[in-house]
Amino acid sequence: MEAIMAYLNAWGLNDAQPWTLLTILLMACITVVTRSFFFISDAPWTLPSWAQRGMQYAPIAALAAVVLPEVLMTQGVFIHTLADARIYGALAGGAYFFWRRGSGQAVLGTIVVGMSVYIPLHLGLQW
Amino acid sequence: MLMVAPGIAAWGLMTGVAMATSGMHTSEVLAMAILVFAGSSQLAAIPLIGAGAPLWVILATAFCVNLRFVVFSAHLRGYLMHLPRMQRLMVGYFVADLTYVLFTKRYPVPGATEAERIDQMAYLAGNATINWLSWTVCSVLGVVLANYIPPAWGLGFAGVLALTGILCSLATSRMRVLSAILGALVAIMGYALPLKLNILLAIAVSVVLCMLLESYAAPTAQEA
Repeated sequence: MEAIMAYLNAWGLNDAQPWTLLTILLMACITVVTRSFFFISDAPWTLPSWAQRGMQYAPIAALAAVVLPEVLMTQGVFIHTLADARIYGALAGGAYFFWRRGSGQAVLGTIVVGMSVYIPLHLGLQW
Repeated sequence: MLMVAPGIAAWGLMTGVAMATSGMHTSEVLAMAILVFAGSSQLAAIPLIGAGAPLWVILATAFCVNLRFVVFSAHLRGYLMHLPRMQRLMVGYFVADLTYVLFTKRYPVPGATEAERIDQMAYLAGNATINWLSWTVCSVLGVVLANYIPPAWGLGFAGVLALTGILCSLATSRMRVLSAILGALVAIMGYALPLKLNILLAIAVSVVLCMLLESYAAPTAQEA
């Protein structure tokens, strides 16, 4: 134990507050509980088929709900300008995906193409 | 999964940078980066921890931001119930957004035979491992390198682009495109809602409207 403490001291990692560490541990538990929510119990139970069908719409809705505000909003407000590098980065990435769809590298290409449009506009023109 | 790992990595890096510059102690930030494994709930909890919010408020916030995973878990149940409970909880911990999306895309229905189930679990384990490694290693790197990576570079945008690619790959039918448009509209209009509840509302509205439209458009096909 002393050796561990000495090691943490040497790296400057002895500053954690017990209360904060408890919070972090409980947050990890929240991660497990939410991600496992409907398969924690062993009781026999299957999702009704109408719900199974509905579930196919959940992932794409969740991704769109996360991604589009990241592209089209600034500080919680819808953007008022077309001089925003994120629009063109995302459009270029999406266009690349649909051009190359089906190939294994389509998603990686989306990132590379999108960033190569985004970074010059963002750093060069301050968009 | 390897195809999107660079995006996850850049995103993890920027989350690490954001956490390190939040005023939390380095050891706390590292513990969070390694243990919590839920980027959006981490970023939502940090200002609350800094402000000395009560524990239950922080945990309730983390829970609400993670509510989309509750929806995913209902979907994954059929794939996982053959495992013992402890293994299911392990799977739950490691299955984040991208792993869930890619897994259900590759395997639209749960395995019917032992061999199919083993095949699915192997894919899930490999996918989750790559995701966990690239996220965790890079967010720890982000914490360590925070002083050298200005947020102004906008490297976090690579994570948005990774999600954009996955989003496009899911757009395989007109109804799904509609689901995406509805989700985006509701999330933007509801952005002012607290606790990231706009995301949950967007999922709920999209799923319900798409199902209503589906049963309105093709009632006979569904009764059959």
